[in-house]
Amino acid sequence: MSVELLNFIETVLNGLMSGVMYSLVALGFVLIFKASGVFNFAQGVFALFAALTLVGYQTGQVPFAHLINELFGTNYHNWYASMPNFFAILLTMITMIALAWIIERLVLKHLVNQDPIILFMATIGLAFALEGVGDLMWGSDVKVLDVGIPSGGSIWLEEATIGLAAEGSDYYGMYVDVLNIWATVIAVILVVSLALFSQYTKTGRALRAVADDHQAALSVGISLRSIWILVWAISGFIAMVAGIMWGTESGVQFSLSLIALKALPVLILGGFTSIPGAIIGGLLIGVGEKLAEIYIGGYFETGALENWFAYVMALVFLLFRPQGLFGDKIIERV
Amino acid sequence: MIYKETGQYKSSYKSDHAIFPLLQDKIAFSTLMFVAFLIIPLIINSYWEKAILVPFLIFSLAAIGLNILTGYCGQVSLGTGGFMAVGAFSTYKIMTYFPDMNIMIIILISGLITAAVGIIFGLPSLRIKGFYLAVATLASQFFLVWLFNKVPWFYNYSDTGQITVSERTMFGVPVTGAEAPSYATYLFCLVLVVVLSFAAKNLIRSKMGRSWMAIRDMDIAAEIIGVPPLKTKLSAFAISSFYIGVAGALYFAVFLGAIEVTESFDIMTISFPVLFMIIIGGLGSMLGSFLGAAFVVTLPIGLKFLMVDMVGLSAVTAKHFEITIWGLLMIVFLIVEPHGLARLWSIAKEKLRRWPFPY
Repeated sequence: MSVELLNFIETVLNGLMSGVMYSLVALGFVLIFKASGVFNFAQGVFALFAALTLVGYQTGQVPFAHLINELFGTNYHNWYASMPNFFAILLTMITMIALAWIIERLVLKHLVNQDPIILFMATIGLAFALEGVGDLMWGSDVKVLDVGIPSGGSIWLEEATIGLAAEGSDYYGMYVDVLNIWATVIAVILVVSLALFSQYTKTGRALRAVADDHQAALSVGISLRSIWILVWAISGFIAMVAGIMWGTESGVQFSLSLIALKALPVLILGGFTSIPGAIIGGLLIGVGEKLAEIYIGGYFETGALENWFAYVMALVFLLFRPQGLFGDKIIERV
Repeated sequence: MIYKETGQYKSSYKSDHAIFPLLQDKIAFSTLMFVAFLIIPLIINSYWEKAILVPFLIFSLAAIGLNILTGYCGQVSLGTGGFMAVGAFSTYKIMTYFPDMNIMIIILISGLITAAVGIIFGLPSLRIKGFYLAVATLASQFFLVWLFNKVPWFYNYSDTGQITVSERTMFGVPVTGAEAPSYATYLFCLVLVVVLSFAAKNLIRSKMGRSWMAIRDMDIAAEIIGVPPLKTKLSAFAISSFYIGVAGALYFAVFLGAIEVTESFDIMTISFPVLFMIIIGGLGSMLGSFLGAAFVVTLPIGLKFLMVDMVGLSAVTAKHFEITIWGLLMIVFLIVEPHGLARLWSIAKEKLRRWPFPY
């Protein structure tokens, strides 16, 4: 194989892997949008909050330590030195479920039947509030997150591919981050278990019923409120997984919450209402972005296309399919 | 009793169509204008100018612009920051190429350039709607900020990537640059805001405004009765962008003086706050744009005063608190009054009509 082809394959491979990361965030959006019609802008902050909480539990930070110390002149910092990963993740999950319950109780319950734009603004408010609470609770310094997922280049793949290039050519093998491979595996497990859950359990079927038609679901005795709490908890869980992956890669800090903006083009590309859409949209955008960076980015000396390329790509798709690739067909009646 | 329209008869179409048909409104408005034009310039100081009045005027203009698009024409836009950046950078480029041009004309031309850009980015609205469109407008935000950040021609190849305003005068008094006196920058913004909001108010009452509202309420029905969607939506994008562009030009030239595009026109610092202004003020209400801008501009100042000066928290913790309270207030406001401050005002008027004898 020629070096160009191998490079192309490497780019596509890396694009697919980073696409998985986008899909993970987009998945949380889709679940909430389907079940409650809320366009949850706070999904990115969910991921940040989950990652912050996880680090906080791991290292035994005292919540609100800064605030307490400033108000009362005390000097609290840590309860304990460290906590096993398993318990920390479990505790974080419980926290996210509690958060979902609080959000349903305090926000969603009062906003039933409002315009979608009002609900959207409320989730922006939620994003601000949660970010502030996260910073107050755990401090705003950049934290290192390590739950034992290996990272760095895969040596095995590098050695396996180095022989593929033609004899004597200048080729050093493919570079793929092990963390991304793990992310892919975990995402696949997540999606499969989600599909099984919604297909084969009673609660899962109730969930799909609510997604299809609120009124009909209510009339056959499904409790909308408990389903909403469930959905928000599940997307809180997905946010935690995304937070762990992104946090391991680039540290836990405010910019983590901006992955929501990365997931939006994935959403409009795949369609707001489709789980497969979120996955395939994420993969397409991941690959497109990486290819653009290498093959088009060279023509602009300025670079940094990734900020907007995904959006333009999604826009081009939208011009042909206004409801996204897999979204429900928009039928309008007068 | 205070706000009573009894006995105020209209004997001509002209008086019936007046912007302020009631005597009380006329008195209140003239008093407001009197205070704004004659009293405030005499007592204004640098703190009031920089912290409250000038940002309030500029954001009111941006809020009117977004309200035209979102509140009256129903097209949700998250690209306000990008369009304001277009206004700012057009002003900067025109200033460097035409050093002798009057600053007022420069700012209006910047508005026109932004309007042209707005039409281009409004094109997808013909095909996509609702949240899909909202996300699509984010494309304009990211693309425009990227463009101004990465293409050196826009910032005249300066090393820092910053653009800085040079001094320009109106009637011999500097209105831009560090030397400009407080009253001059304030009056400059005030004149633009008053003139442009009158224009907007009348535009909304015209045929164009009515067709915007028809498209907002139900686009298919509007199309059937003969409202052309292409012309209507693009005109809304153009005029809205004009206002936002003028606001951006003022934000750069008069208010900040020097800007760095990724910081000053970020989605979190401009686009969302302006959207919040029109929602908290009232979608589809001119008064709401002003009330929302006033609320959003003064709230952080009040919060900071409360927490840093009264309770004595450190600036960082206070900032975190501010974000939290900000978010919570947004939610509480949407729950309590989703139709905004303008709606509260109309309820108050209703009450004032009978007060103090509520039957």
